[in-house]
Order: sequence, then structure tokens, then C-alpha cells
Amino acid sequence: MLKHLLTTTAFAATVISAPALAATEIEWWHAMGGALGETVNQIATDFNASQDDYILTPVFKGSYEETMTAGISAFRAGEAPHIIQIFDAGAATIINAPGATKPVEDLMNEYGTAFDINDYIPGVRYFYADADGTMIGMPFNSSTPVLYYNKEHLAEAGVQPPKTWEEFERIAPKLKEQGYTALSQSHTPWIFFENFHSRHNLQLTDADNGFSGLPSELMYDNEALAMHLSEVKDWKDAGYYGYYGSAWGDNQSAFEKGDVSMWLGSSGSFGGLKQSVDFNFGTTYLPYWESVNENAGTTFIGGAALFSMSGHSDEEYEAVAAFFEYLTQPETQYFWHRETGYVPITTAAYDLAKQDGYYQDNPDAEVGIQQLSLDGGEWAKGYRMGFYVQTRETIYREMDRLMAGDVSVEEALYTIEQDGEKNLKRFARTVQ
Amino acid sequence: MSDKRQRLPHSPVPYLFIAPQILIVLIFFFWPAAQALYLSFMLEDPWGLSSQFVGFENYRILFNDPEYLGTFVFTMVYSALVSFFSLAIALLLAVKANNIVRGQSPYRVLLTWVYAIAPAVAGITAYFIFNRQVGVLSGLFNDLGWDFAPETDGFDASVMLILVSVWKQIPVNFVFFLAGLQGIPKSIREAAHIDCENPQRRFWTITFPLLAPTAFFLLVINVTYAFFETFGLIDTLTQGRPGGSTTTLVYKVYQDGFLGADLGLSSAQSVVLMLLVLALTVVQFRFIERKIHY
Repeated sequence: MLKHLLTTTAFAATVISAPALAATEIEWWHAMGGALGETVNQIATDFNASQDDYILTPVFKGSYEETMTAGISAFRAGEAPHIIQIFDAGAATIINAPGATKPVEDLMNEYGTAFDINDYIPGVRYFYADADGTMIGMPFNSSTPVLYYNKEHLAEAGVQPPKTWEEFERIAPKLKEQGYTALSQSHTPWIFFENFHSRHNLQLTDADNGFSGLPSELMYDNEALAMHLSEVKDWKDAGYYGYYGSAWGDNQSAFEKGDVSMWLGSSGSFGGLKQSVDFNFGTTYLPYWESVNENAGTTFIGGAALFSMSGHSDEEYEAVAAFFEYLTQPETQYFWHRETGYVPITTAAYDLAKQDGYYQDNPDAEVGIQQLSLDGGEWAKGYRMGFYVQTRETIYREMDRLMAGDVSVEEALYTIEQDGEKNLKRFARTVQ
Repeated sequence: MSDKRQRLPHSPVPYLFIAPQILIVLIFFFWPAAQALYLSFMLEDPWGLSSQFVGFENYRILFNDPEYLGTFVFTMVYSALVSFFSLAIALLLAVKANNIVRGQSPYRVLLTWVYAIAPAVAGITAYFIFNRQVGVLSGLFNDLGWDFAPETDGFDASVMLILVSVWKQIPVNFVFFLAGLQGIPKSIREAAHIDCENPQRRFWTITFPLLAPTAFFLLVINVTYAFFETFGLIDTLTQGRPGGSTTTLVYKVYQDGFLGADLGLSSAQSVVLMLLVLALTVVQFRFIERKIHY
């Protein structure tokens, strides 16, 4: 009797574990906390339910920087995850290390279905690509800076949301008369430096913004940016611009509290705003200077991409390719777009959202992708700068000092360019 | 002469007993320290795919960087202030708590339990208390006419950080001072009472010298605390901002090495930090300990 029971149990165990043994397990390290993390888990669960061959396990690794560092340490120890999420500022770090990843385009062609880069919307197509236009990282959570405005404040002041900074200068005093600070923004390097350049089609570094080689010259110390920053400083002194430090949340909550009438944030912020504010708000494009470029164009994406890390077996690469295929399906992308506010990365997904009438009910959700679909100049493709995380830290630091009146615009830009170029040159020497 | 000294037979057993401890020290202290020393002379890509010897270049970069010097100065001033205030306030509280005859233990518990709060939790709590948008204390400061803005003002941010660091460290010092005070024999205290009427004078001439060993031990602990253990507070409270004004040496190691993935440069900083702490410890033991009579 006992023997019989044991046999049955053993048999049952074999049957139950058989599919699990056959399935290839892969890990996905990501930096999406909170509600975003739940959506990531949902995607993984749906992927696992959609087929029997692969099991994907998402692992939350903390902030973008922490996730990248965890991936680096794991790679050095020979324990790299299969998929890792790396953010925009870290793109140069991973793309310039060809031994660390398997380019997503090669991966798809070898292990999945044929890959066509033109399926992706123009704004994200080349951001994570190499010099030849080969896509290295699969764009994942992509957003772009947009302007949010408090409709009630603007109505009280009798003004329209500004398209250009020139218009902003005209309406800011009227908002101030009503007792409001006109503007705040949440990410100085991303909005006022990187995207200031893409919007106005200005070059960021030599070597085609770092796409055709390792750049050594940073071009932030330019007239247009100097003009912009001194205007921003003037606005702050006049009470039109509220500077609440370098933290994202402090600048956003000033808008949410109704102290500030307009806020520059991420196109992915609108879902959160909707829940946190009790006033009507609208969304529009990132303003530009008519005096700098009257045909201002598209902006860079921010966010992160998924990289397939090297050193794994064929079966595992197959699993990664299968997941990437699942991830880029219009339905998955539309789900991700709806849940999080990040833009859909393929044209097919964008079309699906339009057909579904999503934007009729949520016009704000479309602003980001429309801005990314604007015509872009040659410098709006992307940028690739080594040790750029430190350069961004310098930008934050100098912005703090500029706003506190400790340094002049000239000094700040000089320091940023010096520091940034040191980082670029040092990084170039590590790449061999 | 030496032949006559009595020798005990050596047994390998004691070595066996200390072996785990030695092993732990080797693996977790000496090996990483050696690694840091090695990396500080290298320039490496983050993934460890390529690596080259660059001599003292990383150190040269550090010492030519005005930001690093600023960080250095801030760390010194910050450590001195935090150590001084957390020791002084804890001593005052311990003396007062020691004088209480009835209901001593509630006082002791209340003064000690802050110690149980993790630095990161303390940092986040303080962030909400001092925040310009929602903070209770920043509201109070504003009512008092101090335009308190730790997000944008370096001085305000430093004040905030020092306040929180001191608050967090007082309980440890308090416990040790209280224990030290209670270790002073009753007979001495009674004799002092008869000889000297003035309680303040009695404290400085009798009690404080007897507390000196405790105070010295705590000084070493506090300087180390301000140097290293405040990392969690800084990371949750200011991230070294605004304008890099609250960046300590340890936080900069984290920024360059951990966030920035520049291992060579941050290793050089770790080595500088190690030497600095070594020097501080030597100074403390050489010059301060001499004046203390156990």
C-alpha cells in the first residue's frame, strides 16, 4: 500500500513538473516600481500564459541606476540576467560594450521573426541603435517632455497655453497678477538640456551626437542655451518660474497644489496627475524659441530600453526573442500605453489605439506621441555620451547654483562642458 | 636571559578558535581593501571587458577637482559639528536622567528608542517633516521668518542634515554616558558632595574626568558615524544636493562608482577615505587618549 502510494506520488510529481522542466526560464531585471511594476508583472504573467515553452520572471532591481549597476556586477560575475532594462543616460555604457549584449535586431533575425526597424515610430527608432542603424536595445518605456497646464488658472488670467517661449513671456506676468507662478519643470538635464537641443535641432556632441563614434566634444556651451538659461533665471527672479530643487516630485507637487500654473514633465506623467489633482488640466507640446528655430521639431524620448545580455544558450535567446515579439505586438503595446501613459513604440500599436477611440476620451494621452512624430532634424535622432550619468549630475548641480545665484550662466555652462568633456574622453579610453 | 623565561606549551587549538574571525576579517575587510587599492590604479570600462594601468591618474584627477575639495571640507565640518552636538546633548541628557530618582526607566526608554530607527527611515521621515511643500517644521521656520528651503539653499540643507544626524546619534551616546555615570562609585560622589557645593564645578572636576574614557570611545564612534553611517540619511534626504553642498566623501564614492560606473575613480576615493580614517584614528589614540586616565 505504502509502496503504491509512493509510486503514485512520484508519478504525479513527474507529470506535474514535466512541462516546467521543458520550459526555458528567463529573468528580466527591471526598474519599474509601484504601479508600473505591477503592469510589468501583468505583462510577464500574460506572456507566460500565452505559451508553454518559456517562463519569464520579472525582478525589480530598484532605480534605473541601481538596476544598471546590478546588471554590471552580475555580468562581471558571469551571472548576467537574460533581459535588463537600461535607461537613456546609460545607453552609451551598454551600447559601447559589444561583448555585453546581443543586439536586439540580430537576436530577432536569428531566433525570432524577421525584424523591420521601420515598424517602430520615428521618435524611438534609432535612439537605441548603433552607428549603422542596427537596433541594439528594444525600446520599452518611452516618454517625452510635454507641457501640462492648469486650465482654470489660464482661464482666470485670460490666456492660452504657450506654443513658444516668446508667448510664455507674454502670458507669465498675467498669471503672476492672479497670484500664480507661471512655470516649474522636473528634469533639468532631460528637458532644458537634451530636449532643448532636439526640439531646436541643435547638435549635442561631435561624431554625430556620438552615433558614429566616440565623441570628445560637448556642445552645451552654446549661445542658444545660454540665452535660454539666462531667461529662465530672469523668470525666476521675476517670480514667473518656480525652482523647487533637483527632485522630480517637489516640482511636480507645486503644480499639483495649484501654486504653479504650468509644469514641464513627462508624457508618462498624465496618468498620475489625473489621480492626484482635482482641477482640469491640459497637455501640449514642449515650448520652443521662435528666435532659435521657427520650425521646431521632434524631441528625444526618455525612459529605458530592454537589452538581451550575452552569454546565454540558444534556448534562452529563443525565449528572449519570443518575449520581445510578444512585447511589440500591438495589443501588448496598447495595454502598456493605456496603463502607464508611456507611448506605444510601434506604428501598428499607435493605429490600434486610434481605432479604438482611446484618444477621443483621452486627448492628453496622444500629445507625447504626436510630438515624437513631428519632423525632426538631423540632431533629433538621439545622443550617445559616455559617463553621461555623471554629466547629468553636474548639470543638476550647476542648475542649483545658477538658480541660487552662486554662479552665472557662463560659469555654469563652462563647468558643465568641461566636466562633460572630461567624462566623454575618459569613457572613450575605456572602450577598446 | 631569555632562556630563563618560562614558556607555555603552544597548542594549535586557540588558532583554530580565532580562525573564523580572522577569515571573516580577511574576506570582508582585507580583500575588498586590496581590490580597491588595485582598482584605484586602473581605468576600466564598467563591464570589466577592458582594463589598463594608469598609475596615479585617478588620484591626480581627484586632487585637481575643486568639487572634491569642497566635498572634503564639507565632510570635515559636518563630522565635527555632528560629533560635537550629539556628544554634548547626549551628555546633558544623561546627567539629567541620572539625577532623576523616581521613574528613571521611562525617561531612559524614551531617550533611547530613536536608536531603533533605521537611517533610511529616519531620512524619509525627516524629508516629510522638512519638505517645503508639506513639511511641518519648514512651515514653522517660515512662520518664524526664516525662509527655509532645503531643496534650493545649501545652508538650509546642511542645517537640516546636521539636525537629523545629531538626533539619530544622541541615543547611542546617551546610553553609554548613562552607563558611564552609573559606573562612578557612590563613595566618590558623596565625597565630592562634601568637598564642593557647586554642582557645575563638581561635574567638571570630578564627574567629567571620570567619564573621559567613555567620552573618548564615543568620540571615535561618532566620527566614524558621521563619516560612514550617515550615508542612508543623505541618500534619502538630500542626495548631496543642492548644488553638491551636502555631498560627503562617502556619498561621492557612491555617486561616482555606483551610479556613474567609474570604478577606478571611486576606488581612488575609497583609498583616500581609508587613509583619512586611519590618520584620524591614529591622531585620536595618540593625542587624546594620552590625556585620559582609565
